[in-house]
Amino acid sequence: MALLEVRDLRLSFGGLKVLHDISFSVEKGAINSLIGPNGAGKTSLFNCLTGFYKPKGGSISLGGRPITGLPPHRITALGLARTFQNIRLFKEMTVLENAMSGQHCRSRHGIMSAILHLPAQRREEETIRTAGMRWLDFVGIEQHAHRRAGGLSYGDQRRLELARALASAPELILLDEPAAGLNEREKLDLVDLIRRIRDETGVTVLLIEHDMGLVMQVSEKIVVFDYGQKIADGPPEAVRADPRVIEAYLGTEE
Amino acid sequence: MIDEVRTMPTAVQPQLMRWSVVLPGLAALAVALVLPQFANAYVTEVATTALLYVVLCLGLNIVVGYAGLLDLGYAAFFAVGAYTSGILTAEFGFNFWLTIPVAMVAACVAGIIIGAPTLRLRSDYLAIVTLGFGEIVRIIARNLDITGGASGLIGIERPEIFGFKLMQVQHFYYAFLVLALLTAFVCLSVERSRMGRAWFYVRYDEDAAAGIGINRVTAKLQAYMMGAVIASVAGCLYAAKMTAISPESFTFNQSLLILLGVVLGGMGRIPGVVLGAVLVALLPEVLRGAGTYRPLVTAVALLAIMLFRPNGLWPDKRV
Ligand SMILES: Nc1ncnc2c1ncn2[C@@H]1O[C@H](COP(=O)(O)OP(=O)(O)O)[C@@H](O)[C@H]1O
Ligand SMILES: [Mg+2]
Repeated sequence: MALLEVRDLRLSFGGLKVLHDISFSVEKGAINSLIGPNGAGKTSLFNCLTGFYKPKGGSISLGGRPITGLPPHRITALGLARTFQNIRLFKEMTVLENAMSGQHCRSRHGIMSAILHLPAQRREEETIRTAGMRWLDFVGIEQHAHRRAGGLSYGDQRRLELARALASAPELILLDEPAAGLNEREKLDLVDLIRRIRDETGVTVLLIEHDMGLVMQVSEKIVVFDYGQKIADGPPEAVRADPRVIEAYLGTEE
Repeated sequence: MIDEVRTMPTAVQPQLMRWSVVLPGLAALAVALVLPQFANAYVTEVATTALLYVVLCLGLNIVVGYAGLLDLGYAAFFAVGAYTSGILTAEFGFNFWLTIPVAMVAACVAGIIIGAPTLRLRSDYLAIVTLGFGEIVRIIARNLDITGGASGLIGIERPEIFGFKLMQVQHFYYAFLVLALLTAFVCLSVERSRMGRAWFYVRYDEDAAAGIGINRVTAKLQAYMMGAVIASVAGCLYAAKMTAISPESFTFNQSLLILLGVVLGGMGRIPGVVLGAVLVALLPEVLRGAGTYRPLVTAVALLAIMLFRPNGLWPDKRV
């Protein structure tokens, strides 16, 4: 049983069909990639998986549990976290507060226990803070913990988005173009970080990426989209050699 | 698996207490504690009104400053509290202190009725619905027998505490001071907790907040209800102080004035909101000398503040 199972997923906006009967799966513990030209529907697929878009048909399951049509916060609580293509941090808050946000769905104390300063609430706050720091440390930006998130360098903002998503203790993490805007040095660090996410924390990774070198380097399996359709699905070597892929994507991009 | 990262440098505690806030705060508190000993009845009366606005502005700040929701009918919850307490003491002989929990529950129920359907929609709708709600509550109060109609409710009992009856303006001054301090403590506690942070996440980026696991509808609803409860408690004490209340104390203007206090001082953080509230209460008094020009001078003063301090007098510098 795969960790993520997508079956015949369909999505359209008005008359525009964005996804046509998409089926694929991601095995637990894998690093998989989703590639395709701009406008192919990759981000839309992520938005369906995370509950931001309601698909017109088909089903999605995570660890055997159906998550189709659930609201985003429930899906996150069930173990699916994401980053956004255009970074969406809480810019006016501290780096640590951003990282702590991921812990919200893993904690429970509310208004009353905060007003009463219950010992259990204080302990939980400490746990949330410690978890936030741990993930900042994991992505390597703990020295910026008390700075304003919007003031971080672009690369560090990308890392913070990762830390925030990881802090929600996901089973599967979806990364939407994590290398966009990074320089070569930062891309190498990112490859290393993506591997560490899987190897050290056991979190499964599915990423959308345009940098073919990076994709070929980290992924065990690649799914290729074009015009809302899946045109290939397999290991990097096979995908690279697939004539449809070369025509649709690699041929034009490289 | 990730044990090696546990040995990370321990979290540096952020500066929870900044001296630039604590010192003026302590000074203000010291002045507030002794003020009635030196001030005449008029000044004490004005100061009591200022404390009432501090409570109301702190309550609305939860909705507007923390959760980022525009509420244009906040005075409605103030009315719910005042009328609940007033009716229960004047018509049913309730003890004042027992009316407070009843008013809180009434405010919660009203908050759910208005908030639950509206907060699912995009935030702009809330402004319109709360505006309507404010007017509806006032019109209901004008037209019911039990609320005393347009002329209002009279003969509200003065509260007693340990056999001591609150009568004079000084007594109510201290009662409102206690309520203001309590409210500030409550706001501060929540602001620095999981739920408080959730409100800020929702305020700064609703979609990102949902994407990391926050139920935006319940987060907003909780902010809205907490604001409602605080206004209702202020309403109870206000009714007891006035002994007579009428619908005209709970107009749209009242809601705007409270909102003005929140925005003027710098919405979001407590010191700014307290400053804004005091200003809203004092401005009309300070400008009494301007006579018929008072509204004009007030407007110019407010415009000047907004022009020169667009983020409020004491802005919310979160970092
Ligand atoms: N909310 C939306 N409303 C209308 N059309 C959309 C919406 N989101 C995406 N689309 C359309 O879906 C197609 C795929 O977009 P997207 O998923 O962002 O592609 P990719 O991420 O692969 O570049 C585009 O034609 C885009 O215009
Ligand atoms: Mg995209």
